[in-house]
Amino acid sequence: MVHYNASLEDTEFYKLQRRVVLRNCGVIDPESIDEYIAVDGYAALGKALTSMTPAQVVDEIKASGLRGRGGGGFPTGMKWSFTAAQNNPVKYVVCNADEGDPGAFMDRSVLEGDPHCIIEGMALCGYATGAHEGYVYVRAEYPIAVKRLGKAIEDARAYGLLGKDIFGSGFDFDLYLRLGAGAFVCGEETALMTSIEGNRGEPRPRPPYPAVSGLFKKPTTENNVETFANVAQIILNGADWFASVGTERSKGTKVFALGGKINNTGLVEVPMGTTLRQIVEVVGGGIPNGKHFKAAQTGGPSGGCIPASMIDIEIDYDNLVAQGAMMGSGGMIIMDEDTCMVDIAKFFLQFTVDESCGKCTACRIGTKRLYELLEKITDGKGTLEDLDTMETLCRYIKDNSLCGLGQTAPNPVLSTYSRFPEEYKAHVVDKKCPAGVCKSLLTYVIDPEKCKGCTACARVCPVGAISGTVKEPHVIDAAKCIKCGSCMERCKFGAISKK
Amino acid sequence: MHKNVSKIPFKGTPEQKEKLMAVIAGTNGDKSLLMHVMQEAQEIYGYLPYEVQVMIAEGMDVPLEKVFGVATFYAQFALSPKGEYDVSICLGTACYVRGAQAVFDEVSKTLGIGAGECTPDGKFSLDACRCVGACGLAPVMMINGEVYGRLTPEKAKEIIESIAAK
Repeated sequence: MVHYNASLEDTEFYKLQRRVVLRNCGVIDPESIDEYIAVDGYAALGKALTSMTPAQVVDEIKASGLRGRGGGGFPTGMKWSFTAAQNNPVKYVVCNADEGDPGAFMDRSVLEGDPHCIIEGMALCGYATGAHEGYVYVRAEYPIAVKRLGKAIEDARAYGLLGKDIFGSGFDFDLYLRLGAGAFVCGEETALMTSIEGNRGEPRPRPPYPAVSGLFKKPTTENNVETFANVAQIILNGADWFASVGTERSKGTKVFALGGKINNTGLVEVPMGTTLRQIVEVVGGGIPNGKHFKAAQTGGPSGGCIPASMIDIEIDYDNLVAQGAMMGSGGMIIMDEDTCMVDIAKFFLQFTVDESCGKCTACRIGTKRLYELLEKITDGKGTLEDLDTMETLCRYIKDNSLCGLGQTAPNPVLSTYSRFPEEYKAHVVDKKCPAGVCKSLLTYVIDPEKCKGCTACARVCPVGAISGTVKEPHVIDAAKCIKCGSCMERCKFGAISKK
Repeated sequence: MHKNVSKIPFKGTPEQKEKLMAVIAGTNGDKSLLMHVMQEAQEIYGYLPYEVQVMIAEGMDVPLEKVFGVATFYAQFALSPKGEYDVSICLGTACYVRGAQAVFDEVSKTLGIGAGECTPDGKFSLDACRCVGACGLAPVMMINGEVYGRLTPEKAKEIIESIAAK
C-alpha cells in the first residue's frame, strides 16, 4: 500500500478521493517492472496461479461485485464465467483501450502510468477463463501509452510473467498489441473485434455473444482498461475488501475525467456512492467566476445529464441510469447557466453523425436527420411539431440500431429534453436562447446610456449594420447584423451586450 | 467517410518498396495484420496511394477492395499526400463569420485544388480545419503550423504566391 504525503491527502481535492485504479499512477516509474513488483505487482497473479483454481478466481471476482467500467456496468465475474463455461481449446482475452469519448482520458492515464497492472489483470482473466492469448486494442492517438505498454509486455516476457509455464504453474499466456486508426465505433466490443481481425470496424449482430463466438470466432472475454486495473487488487486483497467500498449494487471506486465549467479539472477517483455535490463542490472546487451549477453530463455522446435539482444523487450505475444518464467510461462535463442544453445535445449529435460507421440505416440516416432537426431549432426555425418529431425519431433510432453507438446516440437529446423542456420551448416558441449561446437567436444591442459615440463599433462592423453620428449613441440594425461579436469586443465602454 | 483520392503521379522509390515488403514478410501470412501493414506503409510513404494499396493487396493476398475499404473507414489513413507546404484554413465559427469561406475559396482557386488535395508538384496541400484557437486573429490559416491572421482573400493570395515563388 502506498502512503501519500499526509498534507496532500488532506487537501480538499484529495480528501474524498480513494485511489485503487490510479494508485500507482505518478507514484512508480511506469517503464520499470521492478518498481511495479516492489508495490506488490504480479503478487496477485502468483497467488492465483499457485493457490487458486480458475473457478475460484471467477468466484472471487463475482463476489467482489466488480462491474464493467467501460460504461454498461455488466458484472465482470459473470462475463468471465460465460467464457469459462465454453469448451474450446482456443479462447481470447481482449482489453478495450480504444478510449474515444471526447474529453475522457482515464484509460490513457492507467496505460501510461501503470501498464503492468493491465497485463496482470488480463493474465488473471486468461487463467480464470481458460484463454492463452490476449490482445490490447489501443487507439493510435496515444503514442506514449503504446510505447509504454509495448515495453511492459517485453519486460514481463523477459521476467517469465508472460509466455510459457508462468510461475511454474503450467499456465501459458501471451499478449499482443493492436493499434486503432481513428474510428470511435471501434470502442463497441464487436466492432473492436472486427477491427483486430483486420477489417473495417463495423459491429456484428448479437447473438452470438463474444463469450461464445468473439474474436476470430472463438470464445472471448472483453473488458475495459479500468476494469482490468481493478482485478489484481481484488485477487490480492480479497473480494470483501473491494466490496467494502461503494454502494449496494456498485462496488469499488470510479475514475472520472472532470471537465467543463469547474475549478479543478482532471482525473478524480472516488468511491461509488459519492454524491455529485461532493464531486462538484469539494473535489472539483466549485464553479468558476461565481456562476451556478446547471447540470453534469456523464457518459459522453451516449450519456445524459443530471440537473442541479438532482445534485445530491449518489453516483453509481443504477442511480445514473434511473435518471436517464449513464456511468459511461467516466467523462463528466460540468455546465453552468451559460451552457445551452440544446446546443450541447447538438454538439454530441454532430459527433455521432461523424462517427456512425454507416452499417445500419437507423443510425446512419437517423442521427443525421436528428441533427438537422436540432440545427433547425437552434437556428430559430423550429416548431412545436418538430419537438414531437424529434422525440419519435429518438425512440426509433434507439430501438432499431444495431450496436451501442446508435442505440445510445439519442440519449443526449432525450435527456436534455426531459430535464430542460422549457429551454427547448424557448428556442421554438419565443425564438430565444436563454443561455445566450445560439447565435441565430441572439441580438446585439447598444446601451444608449453607456455609448459615448466613439464610432469604433461602426468602423469594425464587417457588414455596416451600425449607424450613428460622432458623440451620439449608435444603433445596431438587427436585420443587417451577422452576430459576429466584433463590435462587442471592440467597445471600450461595455455598452454592447447580447440578449 | 469521404476521402479525396490523389491524382498526383506516384513517386515511390525501390527503397520504400523494399521496406514495405519487409513489413509484409514479417506478418508471416497473418491477414489480420492488414491494418498494421497499412499503418507501417503510411509511415513509409506518408500516405496510401493506389499503387501502395495494390502492393499491400498482392503482398498479403487480400482483395484490393478490402484494402481500399479499410483505408476509407479509418480517419488515420490518408489517400492524398501532404504538400511541402501544408495549408490549413480555419472554417470554425469565429473565422467563418469573418469571411473565412471567401479566403478559402480564393486560396483554393489560386492553388487549383480543393480540401484534402495536393498540388501536382507536391508543393502545397490544402485542408479546412475547425478552430485553431486563434479566434482573436480571425480569419486565420496555418501553413506548416505557423498562423497567419486577420486575412482577407487578397492577403491570403499574396502569402500563397510569395511562398510559391520561393
